[in-house]
Amino acid sequence: MSAKPFMLLLEDVNKSFEGFHAISNLTLYLDEGELRVIIGPNGAGKSTMLDLITGRTRPDSGKIELGCSSDLTRMNEHEINRLGVARKFQTPSVFVDHTVLENLLLAVEGSRSVWHALFRPLQRGQKTRVEEALETIGLKDRSHEKAGLLSHGEKQWLEIGMLLAQNPKLLLVDEPAAGMSDEETHRTGELLISLAGKHTVVVIEHDMNFVRQIARKVTVLHQGTVLCEGSVDQVQNDERVREVYLGRKKRPAVGGVKC
Amino acid sequence: MNLAGKSYGRLEAMVMASCALLGLVIMPVCNAFVPEGHLLHVSGFALGVYGKYCCFAVLALSINLLWGSTGVLCLGQCLFFALGGYAMGMHLMLMIGKLGQYKADIPDFMVFLEFPARYPETGGLPPHWIPFRSFPFALFAVTWVPALVALAFGYFAFRSRIRGVYFSILSQALTYAATLLFFRNDFTFGGNNGLTDFKTILGHDLNAPGTRRMLFIVSVLLLLGVYGLCRWLASTRFGLVQRAIRDSENRVLFCGYSTVHYKLLVFVLSAVIAGVAGAVYVPLVGIINPSEMAPDKSLEAVVWCSVGGRQSLVGPVLGAIGVNALKSYATHSYAEQWPYILGVLFIGATLFVPKGIAGIPEQLKQWRARRALKLANSLPRT
Repeated sequence: MSAKPFMLLLEDVNKSFEGFHAISNLTLYLDEGELRVIIGPNGAGKSTMLDLITGRTRPDSGKIELGCSSDLTRMNEHEINRLGVARKFQTPSVFVDHTVLENLLLAVEGSRSVWHALFRPLQRGQKTRVEEALETIGLKDRSHEKAGLLSHGEKQWLEIGMLLAQNPKLLLVDEPAAGMSDEETHRTGELLISLAGKHTVVVIEHDMNFVRQIARKVTVLHQGTVLCEGSVDQVQNDERVREVYLGRKKRPAVGGVKC
Repeated sequence: MNLAGKSYGRLEAMVMASCALLGLVIMPVCNAFVPEGHLLHVSGFALGVYGKYCCFAVLALSINLLWGSTGVLCLGQCLFFALGGYAMGMHLMLMIGKLGQYKADIPDFMVFLEFPARYPETGGLPPHWIPFRSFPFALFAVTWVPALVALAFGYFAFRSRIRGVYFSILSQALTYAATLLFFRNDFTFGGNNGLTDFKTILGHDLNAPGTRRMLFIVSVLLLLGVYGLCRWLASTRFGLVQRAIRDSENRVLFCGYSTVHYKLLVFVLSAVIAGVAGAVYVPLVGIINPSEMAPDKSLEAVVWCSVGGRQSLVGPVLGAIGVNALKSYATHSYAEQWPYILGVLFIGATLFVPKGIAGIPEQLKQWRARRALKLANSLPRT
């Protein structure tokens, strides 16, 4: 253990759904400002892990803590979010009937109380934050269009923009590059790299080119537990990882894993 | 930055402005100053009918606040309407004084049901009736009784994450249970006859033309006020969150909003609005009984919203007034077929005008655009 407190800590976490062990004895530590990529075959428990961290489901046993002090296993989704944990879903989930701007206004950092929503105008800081996010995701010209009219890739960007506007401590990003063009994927990668340091970022990804672009440290999940951890090269040369990916399918499920 | 959910729309502005002009100026003037028998005379009876429509329109707005804007369909909204009505009715009942059939200090049904033997220490008046002698207290009760019921029910339902159709069914069960309760004679609210035979309000004769005119104006003012409130709500960040909850509640949770608080406030607010509408309704029609809170009444009110168009604010108003005008006409001529007419109206609206009456202009525009496109495509290319 390092002397510095971990940003996120999961220890011996277990979760089963009607007998199926989705997560078993999962232990994972994240340092502050780290960018961590999590890979693993289908059903390895990646999304369930995010569900556990964000309070969507509760673990059967184990410890999940944010910044050494907050016990996430006892909190609701919105309470965890207010602590500074934001999540981007696998499928783009923006509010399609709201405009791009309204989506960002919903997400922007600030009080979530009913009272504020009714009687307090937007603060200057919030406005600049929304404008910055619009700039970063390149949707400034379309801010008054309904989000439902955006393309798939743009929706992904909008959702990333919502995370930016919220300015969270910990960002959980589930397959950000899904459905994006190569160029868009690359831009997304650069954005995520630039976020690391200020924020702690966890990325779940399948696209190995993308992983290679952004990853410093990779964690491989298999059957709900950590199989191995290390740099991209280390992980790719690991005997067990090859077995997991090759043993299940003839072709590597992860595009471009060199074995 | 513009936060308003939707632009106001010309139709909406026109409808609300004409409501205000008709309701606050033209109709009262035609009632008061145009002599009876003249073509333009508006009778006191007609004012009562239109005042009733206004109350229904407010009820529809309260349903829309929940359903159209927040995605919560309450099938027991008439419970709150009736609770407000009962609170007002209790006051009006006590104001009858000795003018009743039995010339007693207490309302007739209490004499008839031998309440003096049950509550000898108060002369037959059940203790919870006593504060309703005061008009301000009754007005206060009109708001807090529905608010409390909504708060208690909503708190447990929303906290347990009861959503969608399950919430609708529960709310219907609630209003059904309340109906059964109010039907009982020993529940002290007049049993199945309810409260009726009112004589005066604030010392004014309820049948006097001036009083009826005032009641009508109050109902119009209430409609305009509630409309303004809904319009304002939609323009705040609260309105944004409301519509976001309607579209994807889980996502809102992950944005850090406690959706329970937001839904609870909307639910309580809509219950209060329905209660106030009921309180204006009762002196207008002169009676309140348990059938007002029966499940079918709430269903009918939901039909008004969907026929009028729940995507807009003016839709429920148009729907409530339109369907009730049709009902007044139909129950005259085709009384027995009315439930079928209502059913066909609901199905027809859902199938052919999903955005309701208020959405027709937009639908026409789209239809014209499609036809123009078709025409352009069918022309030989030159």
